[in-house]
Amino acid sequence: MTMPRLLMGDNQFFGINHASEEKARSLAIRFQRIESIIRVLEVAYAEGVRTFMCTTHERISEVCDYFRTNRARYPDFQFYPCMPYAHKYANAATELGMIGALRSFLPEENPLKAALKGGVAVARKDIATLGGLLIDAEMKMFHDLPTPVIFLQNAATDFLLGMGLDVGLLAFANHVRERYGAEPGFITMNLPMLLPRLEKLGIERPIICANINKIEFRMCGGRLAYEEIIAQDRCRTIAMSVFASGALPAEEALTYVCQQPGIESIVFGASSRAHIAQTRDLVERLSQPNAA
Amino acid sequence: MRAALVGLGKMGLSHFAIVNAHPRLSLQAVCDSSKYLLEILGQNTGVKTYSDVDELLANEQLDCLFIATPSSSHATLVEKALRRGLAVFCEKPFVLDAAEGYRLADLADSAHLANQVGYHYRFVATFAEAKRLLGLELLGHIHHVRAEAYGPVVLRPAGSSWRSKKTEGGGALFDYACHAIDMLNNLFGLPSAVSGTIFNSVFSEAVDDEIYSNLHYKEGMSGQLAVNWSDESTRKMSLRIHAWGTNGRMSVDRQEMQIYLRKAHAGEGLEQGWNTRDTTSLTKPVWFYLRGEEYSAQIDHFVACIERGQTPITSFRTASDTDLIASMMRADSAATRTAIAFPGRGAASTTVRQVVTAPRGLRRVARWFGARGEGRA
Repeated sequence: MTMPRLLMGDNQFFGINHASEEKARSLAIRFQRIESIIRVLEVAYAEGVRTFMCTTHERISEVCDYFRTNRARYPDFQFYPCMPYAHKYANAATELGMIGALRSFLPEENPLKAALKGGVAVARKDIATLGGLLIDAEMKMFHDLPTPVIFLQNAATDFLLGMGLDVGLLAFANHVRERYGAEPGFITMNLPMLLPRLEKLGIERPIICANINKIEFRMCGGRLAYEEIIAQDRCRTIAMSVFASGALPAEEALTYVCQQPGIESIVFGASSRAHIAQTRDLVERLSQPNAA
Repeated sequence: MRAALVGLGKMGLSHFAIVNAHPRLSLQAVCDSSKYLLEILGQNTGVKTYSDVDELLANEQLDCLFIATPSSSHATLVEKALRRGLAVFCEKPFVLDAAEGYRLADLADSAHLANQVGYHYRFVATFAEAKRLLGLELLGHIHHVRAEAYGPVVLRPAGSSWRSKKTEGGGALFDYACHAIDMLNNLFGLPSAVSGTIFNSVFSEAVDDEIYSNLHYKEGMSGQLAVNWSDESTRKMSLRIHAWGTNGRMSVDRQEMQIYLRKAHAGEGLEQGWNTRDTTSLTKPVWFYLRGEEYSAQIDHFVACIERGQTPITSFRTASDTDLIASMMRADSAATRTAIAFPGRGAASTTVRQVVTAPRGLRRVARWFGARGEGRA
């Protein structure tokens, strides 16, 4: 399975900007209607960017509906779902408590739901079962759409990594492979810590998506550690936050990323045809073997 | 250093991951009332689990304790840990009774034990930079400050967790407002009085969902606080601080700092007019990231303070200051209001006067603090 060089991200559609709350709000206003998101994705498709790496935010289900209905027009448009949408869980935990939140996302008929309510002691395999149910709930909106890579969001990956809940990382990888025939991907802010852990769990050359940018923004363990690991080709790397939320000019940012040997894909957020085309052309040019 | 953690709610689990990933901390044991969680963690992470904190403290050799239980249990747990000679990191709000908070601060200080409360906004790069720049007095004489905190916590009239109970430390006052008050204290010092406080419920039955209050400082500086945790328009809690001075103004939130200067400041490279600095360039990398650098940075600070015998920047004492001001706002909310009677449409203008009874234990502290624990009747 190959991954395209460029992936369209979705932060811009959900009012997320790490550098400015005002920019974030103006994006939220601009993409209030799902049609405006779809319009950008259509433009991206026309410009050759045909993979949408998106959070399992409830609004994405309308995007899924659209591309399912219009499959004939966009036959090779694909999704890389990233789960879970962490705020959904965090808000539920605030309102319902930890266990209550977990229960609220489980299907009614499942016996685990009752077990959670009763606080019944459970066996080790429960984590895998519980994880599987939560993944299935998040994946519902993507039915009949191609999802060749399914990601665990950094909030979840890094939480499991920090807790030492390796069983959760493994359960995610196994379930995604077995149930969806997809490659598991891991988004992280801690690549140098995560990779050895995944290797220890027997997950070979995992797909890892991490911040990779010239100014070392959210690259825990340091830029040098990242560069060293990426060059070793032990994982299939997707670079994100390459512009560091606009802190870096496009060409400077992409020059750095394209020069790193071993970065397979770049995920970027854009909301106009000009920006999409510019990024595509820059990445094409800078990825040439002799690019300056 | 050997650590244990009590309370495995949202913050507790977050601390679990960060403490466990810290190179100089070893998480030995956790304690919670949920058997299900303990079972999962015990089986899968190797950490020792307890459902009784006394048992944990008796059995484990520890250097520090992390407390992330509901606020009403903090005082008892903190005291137990201090009596055993442990450094303590406690979640905010610290204790609901400020007098109790100061007593615990004295206890910790006299035993030379590092003590910290989880006011993580002080570790956000933009706010830390704001503090540094304000220290250079580049705004001139500051005459007004404002703190705003909005976010989506209570969006419907339900909820049965401890957050919906006033006695457990629930309500927007002890959740959102404390962060805003603590940041004002951190950046501008302590106020000497509060007035005109409004507590209002939007959806909650038993607790406040929004709080507005005026703060009065020495040297004529005034302040206002606006807090609303029933605002769905923000994705997560957004805290923003504004300050107006004779040489310009500043607005700062977790993403960005905007400074307007009437006179440039060459040393800091700040121009006359608008200047912006954002978190992507200000934030220093942490050893492990989960949810935000500040959560890791505060734990790292705690560890460094234990090792160096220093007092953390968000100590029991600063957290008690915050608790006290929050309590004074609650007391003030029942105080004087001026009724308006429109001519020809009712009785003549009257002033409604009520006497405020400050919560138990607060009056003594209020006197100590120099504020008035009674209404302005």
